[in-house]
Amino acid sequence: MKILVPVKRVVDYNVKVHVKSDGSGIDTAGVKMSMNPFDEIAVEEAVRLKEQGVATEVIVVSLGITACQDVIRAALAMGADRGILIATTETLEPLAVAKLLKALVAREIVRLVMMGKQAIDDDMNATGQMLAGILGWPQGTFASKVAITADTATVTREVDGGLETVALALPAVITTDLRLNEPRYASLPNVMRARKKPIEVISPHELGVEHSPRLTVINVTEPARRAAGIKVKSVQELVERLRNEAKVI
Amino acid sequence: MGQVLVFIEHDGTEIKNQTRNAITAGNKLGDVVAVVAGYNVGHIAKAASVISGVRKVVVADNEVFSFALAEPLADLLVLLAPIYSYIIAASTVIGKSIIPRAAGLLDVQPISDVIGIIDANTFVRPIYAGNANATVRSSDARKLMTVRATSFDPAPPNDSAAPIEVFDIAIANTKSKFVSAEVPKKERPELTAARVIISGGRGLQNGENFRKLIYPIADKLCAAVGASRAAVDAGFAPNDYQVGQTGKIVAPDLYVAIGISGAIQHLAGMKDSKIIVAINKDEDAPIFEIADYGMVGDLFSILPELDRELDHLA
Ligand SMILES: Cc1cc2nc3c(=O)[nH]c(=O)nc-3n(C[C@H](O)[C@H](O)[C@H](O)COP(=O)(O)OP(=O)(O)OC[C@H]3O[C@@H](n4cnc5c(N)ncnc54)[C@H](O)[C@@H]3O)c2cc1C
Repeated sequence: MKILVPVKRVVDYNVKVHVKSDGSGIDTAGVKMSMNPFDEIAVEEAVRLKEQGVATEVIVVSLGITACQDVIRAALAMGADRGILIATTETLEPLAVAKLLKALVAREIVRLVMMGKQAIDDDMNATGQMLAGILGWPQGTFASKVAITADTATVTREVDGGLETVALALPAVITTDLRLNEPRYASLPNVMRARKKPIEVISPHELGVEHSPRLTVINVTEPARRAAGIKVKSVQELVERLRNEAKVI
Repeated sequence: MGQVLVFIEHDGTEIKNQTRNAITAGNKLGDVVAVVAGYNVGHIAKAASVISGVRKVVVADNEVFSFALAEPLADLLVLLAPIYSYIIAASTVIGKSIIPRAAGLLDVQPISDVIGIIDANTFVRPIYAGNANATVRSSDARKLMTVRATSFDPAPPNDSAAPIEVFDIAIANTKSKFVSAEVPKKERPELTAARVIISGGRGLQNGENFRKLIYPIADKLCAAVGASRAAVDAGFAPNDYQVGQTGKIVAPDLYVAIGISGAIQHLAGMKDSKIIVAINKDEDAPIFEIADYGMVGDLFSILPELDRELDHLA
């Protein structure tokens, strides 16, 4: 079984982002970029499935500018077999990404798509569900445990009240949550080896997908900042202030 | 103004509180029709009919909806979609699972986690863990969105009941099956409904300390218990206690962060709380930058003292 893992290049999770002064977006000039952390978890899970003999091949795909090859390389260094870059300079919204991934699923004949539950830049948490929908496949979102057999994916999900386990008839889309696994660090030899793994570059057009965005960003603003308050000296003072000043207890 | 379909989330017993906030958001866009899906959910439909702002309830009562699986629920929304300009759910795990799936099927780009409604087509949503807000205009004729409960007031109860209509439809689901659930019984208020939240982080060191030091204080204040990702990952607290970018988004009257450093991903989930208290031994911990009341010190001596002090209050 082939597994497809989409990986997104995003501002590193440790970076404190700043809004551009003209309100057009986030300032990404000179900012460290990395693989979306949830996608790393998806790559790790797919590679483990290959190591267990469940998967035959792990294909990673990124969509965007040439620099997205960096995150593809990072995934290859973790153990994915080959990469595909769907090259475009346009900003793709989840619906467009889902359509392109659908086309790629058909081309590569994959039976499982393992992907991050959300990207930490736009925080949409939508692409996996949309892809599953348009493929007519079941979805295992917010996965914290995955077991795959020949025709079933059993997925434990982090839901609002605790955990829930569902059985999905393959093919399926699984989206990963934080506690699914701890992604490995690529060893230096694996990083070197990854340089020789193939990355194919194709255009959205070649996949037969034309899409115009549905959302226009009018502006991006910094949310109102909270002012730091005061330091209290004692527990007594804290309780006194919460009771009489803030009136919350 | 168009017709607005609001998805009513429930657990078979009662309506999820965030749904009431979603109804308020829906009312800003048009006349709200509530859709209740489940198995033997007449009582839920009745409860939905007496929420202020609900004009009509549509109930789809069928075994296929028993466990709120995303596949049949999204199919249901797609079938209902033609007469609605908006389809809305609260930003919960269920809402986030079904709205984008239905949107994909309807060829719509969903708008996730709406925190503000500017006009019929224009919405505000947080990006980058809430470090920025994006105002976006949608050109889709029909709009699907999830709304953040903390940004809208809950719709109050109503004296009179809206009419209930049965939507009798057979939807097959051969793709997904419910296997089991681990939903611990809650002895405390739910995080997303609580007025006060006591949250613990890695500073608690282990699960026993977490239980011994956090729970009694929470109980004295009738508070819900929250946790940082680090505390959940380390097993101090269950996964559904996590507050943050990828956990629950909360905005209680009082949020007490104990042994939590204040990573942006944690702040994303609680920075809109009315009053924030931080207890941390590191005076440079970022959590102090947003705390109304900060206390620098060792939580292992502060918490027992706080516990005693609260006894005096009672
Ligand atoms: C993609 C992604 C998503 C994430 N999502 C979330 C999320 O939703 N929610 C979340 O919380 N995190 C999230 N994180 C993790 C986040 O980045 C932090 O790692 C996490 O919040 C840290 O938890 P903490 O504050 O408990 O631990 P630490 O950062 O280790 O802080 C522990 C604090 O305890 C204090 N302390 C220690 N001992 C004592 C003592 N005796 N007395 C008083 N204070 C003490 C220390 O000074 C320190 O400030 C996410 C990370 C990533 C990459």
